[in-house]
Amino acid sequence: MDQEIILKKEGQGLAFLKPLVAKFTSKFQKGDIISSLKKTGITIVSILLFLGLWHLGSKALYNKEAAYKIEKALTEQGQAAADAERACIASGDSSCQPNTLPSPAQVWSSLQSLIADHKVITADKAAFVEKMAETNAKLVAEGKDAIVYTGRASFVDIVLTSIKTVFAGFLLALLIAVPIGIIIGLSPSLRSAFNWFIQVFKPVSPVVWYLLVFMIVKTLYIGDSSDNAFVISFISVGLCAMWATLVNTAMGVSSVDKDYINVAKVLKLGTFQKVFKVILPSSLPLIFTGLRITLSVAWMVLIAIELLAQSQGLGLFVWEEFQNGANDSNAKIIVAMFIIGIIGFLLDRLMLTVQNMVSFNKNEGV
Amino acid sequence: MAYLELNNIYKTYGEGENATEVLSDINLSIEEGEFVAIVGFTGSGKTTLVNLINGLLKPTSGKVLFKGEPVVDTSHERGVIFQNYSLLPWLNVGQNVYMAVKEAFPKESKAVLKQRVNEYVDMVSLTPAINKRPKELSGGMRQRVAVARALAMNPEMIIMDEPLGALDALTRGNLQDEILNIWSKDKRTALLITNDVDEAIYMADRVIPLKPGPNATLGPEFKIDIDRPRDKTALNDNPNYKKTRNAIIEYLMDIGAERKSVSTEEYELPEIAPKSFVA
Repeated sequence: MDQEIILKKEGQGLAFLKPLVAKFTSKFQKGDIISSLKKTGITIVSILLFLGLWHLGSKALYNKEAAYKIEKALTEQGQAAADAERACIASGDSSCQPNTLPSPAQVWSSLQSLIADHKVITADKAAFVEKMAETNAKLVAEGKDAIVYTGRASFVDIVLTSIKTVFAGFLLALLIAVPIGIIIGLSPSLRSAFNWFIQVFKPVSPVVWYLLVFMIVKTLYIGDSSDNAFVISFISVGLCAMWATLVNTAMGVSSVDKDYINVAKVLKLGTFQKVFKVILPSSLPLIFTGLRITLSVAWMVLIAIELLAQSQGLGLFVWEEFQNGANDSNAKIIVAMFIIGIIGFLLDRLMLTVQNMVSFNKNEGV
Repeated sequence: MAYLELNNIYKTYGEGENATEVLSDINLSIEEGEFVAIVGFTGSGKTTLVNLINGLLKPTSGKVLFKGEPVVDTSHERGVIFQNYSLLPWLNVGQNVYMAVKEAFPKESKAVLKQRVNEYVDMVSLTPAINKRPKELSGGMRQRVAVARALAMNPEMIIMDEPLGALDALTRGNLQDEILNIWSKDKRTALLITNDVDEAIYMADRVIPLKPGPNATLGPEFKIDIDRPRDKTALNDNPNYKKTRNAIIEYLMDIGAERKSVSTEEYELPEIAPKSFVA
């Protein structure tokens, strides 16, 4: 019974896993198989369709740019140069390839090369640690800092940095927005005092938040040569994303059902008890809705902020690849785009699942 | 001196021109150990009256005296059973009752309080469901939790605001008996607000109709001289019961008719004549 209820709750957030869950709990029925096959089939067909359109589109762009290149060689240098250009493009030599939207195959091979690169760097790192083990032990014994690996970050490291930044920012947003939201939700006069503040700062763009945080953190870190890019980026992400939680918490706390308040009064709960036993639990669903929005906003603004803060994350990766202009840069950017999208999707599902766990129907007690 | 006394109570909502007087000139006195029922139409100000007595609202003028002291706030001495159960949906049955018990007996140890919770949950025969959340319970079960919660605080007076209004007839009958059982066990004072005349006569010592609002006020009281414990089936043939029941219903119907005739709005109907399609 309990099991079933929990599954049902998760079903809303992780509905796409439902057939799998059902498979493992052996509650799979014949009708389910057909309907889930149908659903999966539709998804697969739509993905194939998307890849096909993408492939055709990139092919058309590629041809357009190739034709332009040959045409240009013809008008500027004559027939021989144009033929050489055509041969060069056809041979697939990287020096003369048109630089345009990469095809799905190119993106896939870029992903492969990023993973291979990650393996190389990990091996490098391990070798470095092994090589330096003795020296570092000596340094630590002498009370000095150990020498750490400062080479290039691999793609996986970059993704992990981004996730770390988002979670640090999310935590910061939670720690600031939830307590303040509760306090201003409880007091109508504080609410009107804070209202202008929220209304003014809520629409401020991530770039401006970054600049503001930069001004402050730069001064705080003055004389300190350590890298503060991570600190700046997670604080900016947190400040930028916390508004949804703040507003939702304040609204949830201020709009607790009158029946619950009456119960608290009749039971003569103290203020502390009233807040923690009645008001907070009843506003949890709204608070979690706010947190879910906050997490998705945090992930969205992260890219722009990392780019500005030069923090070793996906944002900087995308920007550097764009500046790089290498042959496979465009493909790497698209890989990063998909990784960002997929992680964002997973984070949202995660929050939705948590949100459904704490939610209750408003009329359940009535 | 009466146990609970309401003297010239007026209650107005809103101010200035928008003010509506919901209750006017309410006088009521209840003796200790008495079971009083107030019957009235929906929307006649019954809930307002209850909230004045339990201390959630303050009268615009007049005084509510409980054991001779004016009522200024809610109190553990007056347990309330709300119309819409008002259980906290994030707590299970035991926790809902425990919260009340803990507030009522702050000095007792946890074990004693738990014992008390179990006792009262058992009394409303919900022990098998003690770990369930309200949403897993039926309406009748929820109301029984609300009853257990109110009684576990050991109030001297029980105030019930249409406690059985949302239940089906069968559950209703069972719960009426359960409430009567509990009430007769240690003779607490009880005030029942209801819109069901039969329920009022079956349960109460005195039935007082509430003239519907705005300006609701209490009508003449009807004493119910039927021996307890009362038997529902036998009641139907009791001449005393029939007489009282008819008198109360007649009174309420008269007020209803009066209220209808007060409305002077006239509707002009368009002149419509049937048209013949045969010709």
